[in-house]
Amino acid sequence: MNLITLSSPHHTQSTGVNKVMLQVLMALVPGIVALCLFFSPIYLFNLLIGCSTALAVEALILRLRRCPVAFHLRDLSALVTAVLLVISMPPLIPWWITVLAVSCALLLGKHLYGGLGFNPFNPAMVAFALMIVSFPVPMTTLWLAPNSGLDFASALQIVLGQTLLPDGISSATPLDYYKTQVGRLTATEIYQSELFFGIWPAGWIWVSLAYLVGGLFLLYKKVFSWHAPLGLLVGLAVLALIFGLDPDSNTPLHLHLLAGSAIVGAFFIVTDPVSGATSRLGKFIFGFGVGCLAYVIRTWGSYPDAIAFAVLLMNFAAPFIDHYSKPRTYGHSTRHQGYK
Amino acid sequence: MNAFSPAPNTQVWPLIGGVEPKENKQQSNGLSIGYLPLPPFLVLPVNQHIGVAAEPLVAVGDQVLKGQLIASSSGKISACLHAPTSGKVVAIEPRPVPHASGLDSLAIIIEPDQQDQWREQEPWPNWQQRSSEELLARLSESGIVGLGGAGFPTASKLSIDQQIHTLVVNGTECEPYITADDLIMRERAAQILAGVAIMAKLLQVKQVLIGIEDNKPEAIAAMRAALEHYQGPEAVIKTFPTKYPSGGEKQLIWILTGQEVPSGRLPADLGMVCVNVGTAAAVQQCIVDDHPLISRITTLTGQVLAQPRNYELLIGTPIVWLLAQLGVTQAERIIMGGPMMGEPLANPQSPVVKTCNCLLLPTQQELPLPPSASPCIRCGFCDDVCPASLLPQQLYYHARSRNLEGLAQQHLFDCIECGACAYVCPSSIPLVQYYRYGKGEIRQEQQQQAKSERAKVRFENRQARLAQESAEKEAKRKARAEAAAKAQAAKAAGDNSAIDQVIKAAQAKSAAAAATKAEGPDLEALKSAVEQAKNKLMMAEERLAKAEQEMPENAAAFRTARDKFAEKLAKAEANWQKAQQETKT
Amino acid sequence: MFIILIAVSALGLLALIFGAVLGYASVRFKPEGNPIIEQIDAILPQTQCGQCGYPGCRPYAEAIANGDKINKCPPGGESTIQALADLLDVEPLPLDGDHGEEKPKMVALIREDECIGCTKCIQACPVDAILGAAKQMHTVIADECTGCDLCLDPCPVDCIDMVPVNTGLQDWHWQKPQDNLIATDAQPKQEASA
Repeated sequence: MNLITLSSPHHTQSTGVNKVMLQVLMALVPGIVALCLFFSPIYLFNLLIGCSTALAVEALILRLRRCPVAFHLRDLSALVTAVLLVISMPPLIPWWITVLAVSCALLLGKHLYGGLGFNPFNPAMVAFALMIVSFPVPMTTLWLAPNSGLDFASALQIVLGQTLLPDGISSATPLDYYKTQVGRLTATEIYQSELFFGIWPAGWIWVSLAYLVGGLFLLYKKVFSWHAPLGLLVGLAVLALIFGLDPDSNTPLHLHLLAGSAIVGAFFIVTDPVSGATSRLGKFIFGFGVGCLAYVIRTWGSYPDAIAFAVLLMNFAAPFIDHYSKPRTYGHSTRHQGYK
Repeated sequence: MNAFSPAPNTQVWPLIGGVEPKENKQQSNGLSIGYLPLPPFLVLPVNQHIGVAAEPLVAVGDQVLKGQLIASSSGKISACLHAPTSGKVVAIEPRPVPHASGLDSLAIIIEPDQQDQWREQEPWPNWQQRSSEELLARLSESGIVGLGGAGFPTASKLSIDQQIHTLVVNGTECEPYITADDLIMRERAAQILAGVAIMAKLLQVKQVLIGIEDNKPEAIAAMRAALEHYQGPEAVIKTFPTKYPSGGEKQLIWILTGQEVPSGRLPADLGMVCVNVGTAAAVQQCIVDDHPLISRITTLTGQVLAQPRNYELLIGTPIVWLLAQLGVTQAERIIMGGPMMGEPLANPQSPVVKTCNCLLLPTQQELPLPPSASPCIRCGFCDDVCPASLLPQQLYYHARSRNLEGLAQQHLFDCIECGACAYVCPSSIPLVQYYRYGKGEIRQEQQQQAKSERAKVRFENRQARLAQESAEKEAKRKARAEAAAKAQAAKAAGDNSAIDQVIKAAQAKSAAAAATKAEGPDLEALKSAVEQAKNKLMMAEERLAKAEQEMPENAAAFRTARDKFAEKLAKAEANWQKAQQETKT
Repeated sequence: MFIILIAVSALGLLALIFGAVLGYASVRFKPEGNPIIEQIDAILPQTQCGQCGYPGCRPYAEAIANGDKINKCPPGGESTIQALADLLDVEPLPLDGDHGEEKPKMVALIREDECIGCTKCIQACPVDAILGAAKQMHTVIADECTGCDLCLDPCPVDCIDMVPVNTGLQDWHWQKPQDNLIATDAQPKQEASA
């Protein structure tokens, strides 16, 4: 008898990284459906471009790094990055920006640091920040108003650059609109805009709720704990409550939470384990920090939505948070001490 | 218990972390404890416990009786070994032991004579009348070790000096698949409690806490029933939710008492001692029936076996024979213990030992081999399940880069290797193996350090001894030279050859002085020292010049050497001049 | 002019004060570390084999403190060089091949029936790990042997072997798992295997 001797445990849950990633992709489906329904199905085309770029670029880099390509492609992490990136960018963004963004995410955000598991920053957010700095006009103006009536074919032509953007098709996001108008108009006047449905951000609210459904599914599946998402929402809400009590002078709470990328950020971005904090307390602090920074940048900075910058800034702080949120080991009277 | 006594405190504290793997206990706990015929030979390794190996007392060819002492404990932490049946000692040689390394270890091999004849026995049904010393002596002669898996000699555990107030009895059996303790509790509850009473008397405890996971209702009922007839300090059965690894000693103490064993210390430091239920039953057998530890209950399970079941096996039964009896001739894996912490056996020829609570033979479908590891994605699942609140991924990173200092700083030695982290790891990283590697490397490093420390001391002592020897030799040589010089000076004064006039004159004087006065400084010797120092300095300078041309990077060493010689010369000259002055005055 | 004088004297005064404070602090709070030689000696493996060209580890430690290279110790190998580099804050060098190569841990073993009892090896052993007397058989105390080889050459009948130290059950430990990612990074075209 030739016996196999492998170290214990001999029993594993064997989830596999790709199963985790697959669950994340599945949880994004409701959000994508909502985006297609309320804005434009062109998101599907963008996703197609983004995902195929992701697979190709990932395979190429893995080959250059002399890693087993099939083994690492199977973990689906590149697809998750690409999908998150595409759904955070405006729908009418030219196709080559999508390609560029996804390539930057994988190359600059991930593989230059050593690939999956070693990137200190969220790759999708690195690329998003890079794009918004490099191409500020398309990245902020190519949003669609909800139910704009733009059909897939014309949207495709715009994305492929075959026709110029017709007037009146693109629009600001509700957050952007509110921020730019709030000094001049009262809240009631702002809500008159077609971007709003009552006091709710038309279209965006459904997208946010769809992301929330996906996020709760992941929470139920225990893909991540509630700490980071709650941290973000609490951080954002606390500041919005303190400074935004008067809707005539500042963006109110419900818009902060539902009109922008707060929900997708809370459930799909700050929950990225690689670049976030590790312990439960650390995760909460990380999320809280992102929420606060997002509010600060949204309100006093020059960008209408700021989850990407907030996440990147907190990524810097993650090792520091980890260091100071270590648990107390069984049998020790104090928390972990010292560096190493 | 009278009607007015307060209800026993059954409060439990929830386990920190932990996982809930599929229990798979029903396969083996349906049948009662079974028995097998005598094997053709028994292999008894002399070290089946933690501590020093036992010393064989028999020789090849000796006839032994069942229960006869064949190897005695040596040292404070060690355990005796007994013949599991009567027969002949056919060999004492290294044999494979149940271990992942596949290494051999010294074993006594007995061929049974099928008589199964007991040695003389002296049952103590009224053990209460015996003194603690008598009881302890019998315990330490009976070779009982902790049967839960670690194999710590029980007598050593029970004879500690600290004041113990609580005896914790571990009936948790949190490992999936294993049902040995479950069956013992169901079938031998009274025996367990008698053993508990004996240990309670030895330790003079105030209370006994019996912890059982709630997935063993029959065992709990049997223990409750037996508790009616139990006589001893207050005993409470505490049940708690099934969660792995509740049965770890430190974890159980937390669950039952809400106290933590300080890092690097023993439960005894909290005034507690923790024993397994199987150990308690063995203690009763040893004291009451004079029945040393020669057999144990082992769960044989896994889908490779047609009928998983618990068996009472003789210690030393060869596993390959055992499996053949159950119709198994081929297996991919044999795991001693459960699926979470069990030791994978490298050699099926190894025997059943005292710590073997389970033999698990899983099929590939049942417990698939882990896929190759993917990179850590820092998901933190491991942090959440660690019962010791360690940071498994930090430990992993440190172990992977062999950062031993970092490992120690992350409290690697508080890891109980329960495997919960590796169980939940989505990347299938063999985390526990990394920790074992890290622990092994740290221990090796410490041993190396201790050895080099010893070597240093020995080297320095030797250098000192050699220096002393040569100093003595030098002193003798000097004494001889002095005597010779005196004799010469007496013969022909003033006829010394010298280098310059001053020295000549001084020497003449000194020779005269030496001739006239027996004492006074030895100018002759001092002068030759000056000469020698001069020569040496010259040589050193030559070497330095050469070195500066040829190996400038090493010149520093030569320069220091040169400086030293210059210093010596200056000293020698000063000495000589001083001596001259003295002789002049 | 007056302003310049004020400025200069003010700065000078400050410099004096700070200098005094710093000077006092450097005397008063002087860190009490081991002398560097002791620290170097603690890192060296204490085999006393002399392969570095010095008669024992301590002389080599002194030589390193005086500026000799840190890569002359084959028994210590890479880990010792690394530790020395860390301690002295210099670049780690590859092991100097002139002084020998890093070998697995060895221990000397005397073939006792061939030993003629000449005591030459006893005199050569730097750590007194050989036991015996003139015209009597000698033996090595394996636990104390540092594996330095110094007893091999003096033996007139070549009855000393260097044997690798056996791993016993007590010393055995699990090896580091094969790391797929790193291994494949280093070796091209090797598929990840189970």
